[in-house]
Amino acid sequence: MKNPRPLSPHLGVYKFTYTMSLSILHRITGIANTVGFLLFSWWLMALAGGAESYARAMQLFSTPFVKLLLVGFTFAFVYHFCNGIRHMIWDTGRGLERAQARRSGALVFFGSLLLTALVVWLGCAALAQVTP
Amino acid sequence: MSLRTPLGRVLGKGSAGDGTGHWWVQRVTAVALVPLSLWFATSLLGSPLQSHEAMSQWLGRPWVAVFTILFAITLAWHSWLGVQVVVEDYVHGKGAKTTLLLLSTFLHFAAAVAAVFAVLILAVS
Repeated sequence: MKNPRPLSPHLGVYKFTYTMSLSILHRITGIANTVGFLLFSWWLMALAGGAESYARAMQLFSTPFVKLLLVGFTFAFVYHFCNGIRHMIWDTGRGLERAQARRSGALVFFGSLLLTALVVWLGCAALAQVTP
Repeated sequence: MSLRTPLGRVLGKGSAGDGTGHWWVQRVTAVALVPLSLWFATSLLGSPLQSHEAMSQWLGRPWVAVFTILFAITLAWHSWLGVQVVVEDYVHGKGAKTTLLLLSTFLHFAAAVAAVFAVLILAVS
């Protein structure tokens, strides 16, 4: 039985607006956070495995490529966190007007960039911290 | 014998058969993750991350261990539900969809158990 009707989510029928890219970004960052969660579990296991395995894990985290990845994971987490709160406010029925949704979208996106920079800065300080 | 009519039993449950349960648990875990991740992130950012001794001592503290385990389980749960929604929305082949959902379930359970196990080791050692 072939049925040519469009199936959800039939994204092709909408005119593109920038709030759509924020919605898609919520899903993309969510998937990135899944990978981040796997990495987090692996980090905990490395910590539980003793000083040597922890040193190896932290060495991997200090390579330039992985450092760049970690900045990406940080942004993914921060963005998903902030936009998730935006979603919770929507769930109460507030902020759904077009102008409001656009304003909160811009706030979430640029706020996330700023917060990511702050977290990366504090993270670098925490990495450089010498044992007390 | 149920006194409910067949229609009454299925109303509001949708094609997945579990009504708003999936949606609601996604929200419950999201709400829980707000304070949990804020706490964990701010704690990590103030810690000497390179020191195995300091980090394992910190994670082994009773309340830190409890909330880290809660954090890991809630993350796994929320992530598991989220990946399921994404796979169901974009992967339409029956074989590929089932394989991906199975893989996601196994990965999430394995990672959650690993995280809990790791924290327990740190807490008792």
